[in-house]
Amino acid sequence: MQTQVLIIGAGVTGTGLARDLALRGLSVVVVEKRDVNAGASGGNHGLLHSGARYIASDPAAAAECHIENQRLKQLAPHCIENTGGLFVAVAGDDERYVADFPEMCRRCNIPVRQVDPKEAREMEPTLSDSLIAAYLVDDATVDPFKLSLDNMADARRHGAILRRHSRVTGFQMAQGRICRTAILDEVTGKSETIDADVVVNAAGAWAGVVAGLAGATIEMRYSKGSLLVTQSRLCERVVNRLRMPTDGDILVPGGTVSILGTTSVRVDSPDVIYPEVQEVDAIIDQGAAMIPQLAVTRYIRAYCGVRPLIGADDPQTSEDDDDRAVSRGFALIDHTREPGAPSNLITISGGKLTTYRLMAEKTADLVCSRLGVTAGCRTGVAALPDTVEARWTEPGLAPNVWLRQKAPDDMLLCECEMVSQSVVDEIVAGLQALDGRPHLKAIGLRSRIGKGPCQGTFCSQRLAAYLYDQGHLQGTDGLAQLRVFLRERWRGQQPLLWDMNLAQAELLEAMHCGLFGLELEKSP
Amino acid sequence: MNVSGKQPSCDLSCDLMIIGTGMAGMAAALFAARQGLDTIQVGLTGEIGFASGLIDLLGVHPVAQGAPVDDPWEGIARLCRDEPHHPYARLDIETIRTAVQTLLDFFETSGYPHAVSERGNQRVMTPVGTLKTTYAVPHTMQAGAWALARQAPCLLVDFEGLKGYSARQIAAGLADRWPALTPVRLVFPGGRGELYVEHMARALDAPAVRQQLVDALRPHLCGMAAVGLPAVLGMYRTREVQADLQSSLGLPVFEIPTMVPGVTGLRLRELFEQRLPAMGVRPLFQHRVLAARRSKDGGMAFTIAPEDAPRRIQARAAVLCTGRFFGKGLQADRGGIRETLFGLPVAQPKDRASWHHKDLLDVQGHPINRAGVEVDADFRPVDAQGRPVHDNLFAAGSILAHQDWIRQKCGSGLAIATAYGAVKSAARFLQKLYS
Ligand SMILES: Cc1cc2nc3c(=O)[nH]c(=O)nc-3n(C[C@H](O)[C@H](O)[C@H](O)COP(=O)(O)OP(=O)(O)OC[C@H]3O[C@@H](n4cnc5c(N)ncnc54)[C@H](O)[C@@H]3O)c2cc1C
Ligand SMILES: Cc1cc2nc3c(=O)[nH]c(=O)nc-3n(C[C@H](O)[C@H](O)[C@H](O)COP(=O)(O)OP(=O)(O)OC[C@H]3O[C@@H](n4cnc5c(N)ncnc54)[C@H](O)[C@@H]3O)c2cc1C
Repeated sequence: MQTQVLIIGAGVTGTGLARDLALRGLSVVVVEKRDVNAGASGGNHGLLHSGARYIASDPAAAAECHIENQRLKQLAPHCIENTGGLFVAVAGDDERYVADFPEMCRRCNIPVRQVDPKEAREMEPTLSDSLIAAYLVDDATVDPFKLSLDNMADARRHGAILRRHSRVTGFQMAQGRICRTAILDEVTGKSETIDADVVVNAAGAWAGVVAGLAGATIEMRYSKGSLLVTQSRLCERVVNRLRMPTDGDILVPGGTVSILGTTSVRVDSPDVIYPEVQEVDAIIDQGAAMIPQLAVTRYIRAYCGVRPLIGADDPQTSEDDDDRAVSRGFALIDHTREPGAPSNLITISGGKLTTYRLMAEKTADLVCSRLGVTAGCRTGVAALPDTVEARWTEPGLAPNVWLRQKAPDDMLLCECEMVSQSVVDEIVAGLQALDGRPHLKAIGLRSRIGKGPCQGTFCSQRLAAYLYDQGHLQGTDGLAQLRVFLRERWRGQQPLLWDMNLAQAELLEAMHCGLFGLELEKSP
Repeated sequence: MNVSGKQPSCDLSCDLMIIGTGMAGMAAALFAARQGLDTIQVGLTGEIGFASGLIDLLGVHPVAQGAPVDDPWEGIARLCRDEPHHPYARLDIETIRTAVQTLLDFFETSGYPHAVSERGNQRVMTPVGTLKTTYAVPHTMQAGAWALARQAPCLLVDFEGLKGYSARQIAAGLADRWPALTPVRLVFPGGRGELYVEHMARALDAPAVRQQLVDALRPHLCGMAAVGLPAVLGMYRTREVQADLQSSLGLPVFEIPTMVPGVTGLRLRELFEQRLPAMGVRPLFQHRVLAARRSKDGGMAFTIAPEDAPRRIQARAAVLCTGRFFGKGLQADRGGIRETLFGLPVAQPKDRASWHHKDLLDVQGHPINRAGVEVDADFRPVDAQGRPVHDNLFAAGSILAHQDWIRQKCGSGLAIATAYGAVKSAARFLQKLYS
């Protein structure tokens, strides 16, 4: 296969870049070793930062966030819930930081409005009664799945190609350039190659590994962050703790749920990461200081992502293991000047979901200058189209549609989140348009299936049975996929298993292991 | 503790109180009735509907090897040697045999016989296309084991509107082990739309509905040696339903378990609910025990729901069959696991981080599944020093520590056997009390 630009990684950066380049008329192929948003883009807080969180640690990034925040609210409103945000301090918090906060925001051009703690508690009744200060900011929430899927869909409308389950395994060099990129299809085991004029490494936390395959070096460390999803929505707005960033200090609403986070734990590798019991306890204990209900509410899922921290290790920050002090700004690396590195490799890593568009724009500018293309960036003005492909990730949407158009034979496969057969049909059709391989986990990624209180106990097998009936699964595919799907769900339940969740997990294991014997099967 | 503040009314008293209506509680009530004990049974009968209705004794040992057990009796003997703290090891094989046989005889005389195989464990198809190892199966499933052993050509039927059950999926999953399976999808008599197994089973209790099913099946029988259907062949008249279908079709007909809660669990619930009172057990089904304490005379005093009209029950002795987390006999918060009624000591891993493996399907089984109430040789819950907490409190079923019924595939067997042991000890205690 031949293309002008090959993008490695289909996170928000890779998909955003694909759209940017496709809109400029370039031919683009995106290869992703797993699926869209399999990395940090699928494991983040979904907060469209106002920037106020970074005023002290990284004022430049803070200002950038605010500009992009305003822009995305204009251009991709269907991916965003414009909730607004609060910064709150409780008794015992650093009063100097509280006092300096408005001025620091002003210096970064981030608007804030002070509100009386009593007024804040009227706006958000779950807030602690020991509030001492509160400020309103421009925070909002963003659905990262919708964002990436819509970016990719629009890129594809403009000719871009997406290859999922396609891992870059190596590069062939000629005259100091990458002439050929080797791809392994993770499902079929087949290998192929792609010839590209420019290769963009948008592999997020794996950017160092990918660069290494091409003989380039990126100094990189990894910081894992974990997040908890509550069963119901506890706040209307984003609620941040008004202090230097630390554990468990942000509660972000997301449709019908709230998401509490996060942590910062140094890990050796971005692969095989889990939210841990100790992190869960730390997040809850901290979060409960702002919102006491967090100590007793039911959590339905935990997940985590890895932040790539680019640059040499700073002994001061690594000592106390707190990587939050390291800049969250992005790194755009042109490997041309690096001895021994290929001249047509560009790396874009780090940054934030909030600034993905800007990161894509800067990267695309560099790509175009290398290719002698003069077309300018359009993503700063052209609205992001709302596509069907990404529709069903929105909590509450599937039930609304189902209730509105309830046809008697359109049965619900997922009763917790009310996802019906026709919704699954649409998702399957979308997947088939990509590469024709519907998979339980891929459908889970694109819908609310498995994300409700039953955590996949019932809907997993209902979905598998339905896919067999529709001819999408053959042989022992279903068994293998059930195992993969339930294991994936388990990663997010395992640290939250007490009280009701534990009872639910016992039922899940009783049926899937006690009765079906899934643990005894030899498949993956 | 009196939750509502109202005075409990309508005092009842008995010799033996059985708390719980899962397999362990039901079996305990049966054994108590057989011993002629004056028994009250309290519990919510929701959970037993979730049980598959298959009677497992031991299907896997050792768990870490995932090694299937062919002869459960030989397997239990090995298990008791390897895991001397396993609740089975509190009993000898003959006692376990007697307990299980008593229950199977009860099923038989209740019109719902179970089939066992002379060779030991049998294999049953599941909706995901695996084969499950079990000991006794409802008679409605017997022909399935027969057909499997012969690899006989079988028609596998599913119904439009029944979610989570696909004949295609079962046939595809088993194709390498049993190629002669032909799936077919039919419309259930009475029309389209979403189907529920309980309604289907009740519908098939009626001969006219069966006749329609027979008519729908007929065109698909060519070359078939047996017909497999989801487990919906009647709620109360399973023998009649099965015999009727078999004679009309001229072929053996068998059931395959569905997802839970399934009809095979509901049948057990109905059967116990109807038969136990007739045997002298005083039932307080759909009641929850709110509080339990030792009364001054050494007996047990219980307060039972409904909360707005709580009642008090006095008992000389009690058998605790309240199950685990799903049954609500155990409860966990972030800090630890407790027993919900008596606050009994619970043997458990040292902290929450070691409750579960990171992999759901880890071959070792999750350590928390072996947490539970420890008992002495008489099935009395013990404290950290191994001394009985109460001389008149006994425990049975999945609440017991040092077993993993899910991975060992011993749920019903363990419930039945330990219920037998606990009731026997309780009877002995009561006898001494009155002598
Ligand atoms: C815990 C946490 C919370 C966060 N919260 C927020 C927030 O609230 N707001 C915000 O703005 N930002 C947030 N961020 C940051 C934001 O999530 C990231 O900046 C953003 O998702 C990065 O996207 P990406 O596409 O660069 O990387 P990724 O999403 O990680 O994408 C990289 C992709 O490359 C693929 N890949 C890797 N190796 C290969 C290979 N060899 N071949 C093919 N493909 C490969 C991976 O599978 C992956 O899909 C958070 C991050 C974390 C970790
Ligand atoms: C999905 C599933 C599949 C299964 N599959 C099989 C199988 O294939 N083969 C097999 O042999 N076994 C199977 N079983 C298990 C088996 O049937 C038993 O359910 C299990 O051994 C536990 O039995 P138990 O009676 O100890 O507890 P449970 O069945 O949990 O019963 C506990 C009972 O105690 C009651 N209770 C708790 N607290 C109170 C209170 N305060 N007051 C009053 N009542 C109370 C509950 O309401 C419940 O009735 C399965 C179980 C499940 C859930």
